Amino acid sequence: MSEKLLMRGNEALGEAALKAGCQLYFAYPITPQSELPEYLSRRMPEIDRVFLQAESEIAAINMVYGAAGAGVRVMTSSSSPGISLKQEGLSYIAGAQLPCVIVNMSRGGPGLGSIQPAQSDYFQATKGGGHGDYHLIVLAPASVQEIVDLTILAFDLADKYRNPVMIMGDGLLGQMMEPVSFPDRSDVVLPEKPWATTGYTGERPKNIIRSLELQPERLEAHNQKLQEKYADMIATQKRSDEYLTDDADIVLIAFGTVARICRSAIDMAREKGIKAGLFRPISLWPFPDESLAKLGDKERTFLTVEMSCGQMIEDVKLALECRRPVHFYGRVGGIVPSPEEVLDKIEQIVAGRCEA
Amino acid sequence: MQYEFIFAGFGGQGVLLMGQMLAHAAMDEGKKVSWIPSYGPEMRGGTANCTVIVSERDIGSPVVGSPSCVVAMNLPSLDKFEDVVKPGGVLVINSSLVTREPKREDVTVVKVPATDMANELGNVRVANMVALGAVIEATKVVAPDSLVAALKKNLPPHRQNLLPLNREAIDKGRSSV
Repeated sequence: MSEKLLMRGNEALGEAALKAGCQLYFAYPITPQSELPEYLSRRMPEIDRVFLQAESEIAAINMVYGAAGAGVRVMTSSSSPGISLKQEGLSYIAGAQLPCVIVNMSRGGPGLGSIQPAQSDYFQATKGGGHGDYHLIVLAPASVQEIVDLTILAFDLADKYRNPVMIMGDGLLGQMMEPVSFPDRSDVVLPEKPWATTGYTGERPKNIIRSLELQPERLEAHNQKLQEKYADMIATQKRSDEYLTDDADIVLIAFGTVARICRSAIDMAREKGIKAGLFRPISLWPFPDESLAKLGDKERTFLTVEMSCGQMIEDVKLALECRRPVHFYGRVGGIVPSPEEVLDKIEQIVAGRCEA
Repeated sequence: MQYEFIFAGFGGQGVLLMGQMLAHAAMDEGKKVSWIPSYGPEMRGGTANCTVIVSERDIGSPVVGSPSCVVAMNLPSLDKFEDVVKPGGVLVINSSLVTREPKREDVTVVKVPATDMANELGNVRVANMVALGAVIEATKVVAPDSLVAALKKNLPPHRQNLLPLNREAIDKGRSSV
């Protein structure tokens, strides 16, 4: 690992992408992720890689489609409204089974909304976004170091599954500076991509990349193949973290920035003698339902905290199969909840003043 | 032990840099740190602030409701953040620009004429380092040497000539406490 550097989330993500072997990055500026293209516009030419500011978000995602088809590691990034514009491209890329990394440093919506942090793109990221039966792997870091670690993992998983992987951050994570170190990856060998369209010379079968398949039987077979891939992701790619859950009477569920805030609220609750703990999904898709269900085996109360009007709570309830009460606390519009207000909600629930 | 700071002032007073230098210094002392700026539809000459946390253990929320120290580089910042300082905390005021007395009696008030002192040093732009000197003297969050080392490490090559001036500014701020 390198020495510790103090870096913004957006910049650390850019550096991590380079460490992961990202050769091409197509960007279009939008707050609060613009430090990422700014950083890479400076860094990529220094090491003979390609930074290109596209004419729009839609152009950028389609450039990603082309570059991924040619077999290179490629990334694009944006924030909520820009990610909406990329959804058609994402569906095509998923359909064509191409690896790439998409970053969403999300902000308040709907519409143009605000430029402040939000988590209200959860449904879009985990339930589709574009059309058709497809999934992204969605990873949600909660610190700048985790941004680095998950970005590198995202490129590896994208190649492993030939599938787009999304890093789901928020404005606060992108703007925050924390110490980070980078792994030494100078001897990492990237996987071969025999399927890539690198130019036909007669030495291998022709490689054709497309998402169009007009024959219903063949498209159904293709969908079944995709579903087998998603089943493997569900079996092997669920990730989560827990904090003081062993003896907890109330378990908070939160991801990203909000998980950090909940952690502070839990420490405050513990000082007041309330046994609170945290379950933090790291992969939002596949959702770590089995680990959460295990916590539901014991008689406990659950509280989902999100910067949305309540999106992840649906997956929480599905995981717990309605065996336990699940409360909700959310702030929206770009407002980040304070540890004090989360503590207040915990105290109200413990005192029996809240209906789940 | 955890310290939480809000540095606030006009855009251009270097309040984001104050926070970053403190974070660098604390990180190099082996502490856990986080720094977040206020970002939004800000305008030139408007207010800016950042939050810095320095802790011995992993930092939970990088957002703080009631910080242990507020640094108000101008009057609007005092108006905005005076009430949120943790009781028993520290309120550092740039008395060159803040024309009123603070209302809080349950916090330690440190008045430092940072802008005037910087002008005496010949460069108003080091007012932030004067104030930061006062902050580290009043809170002991990092050693002065660590702060100077952080500046040296992070000033771009063409600004290294400003190191002695900044060091003087930090010392002046410390001696005013």
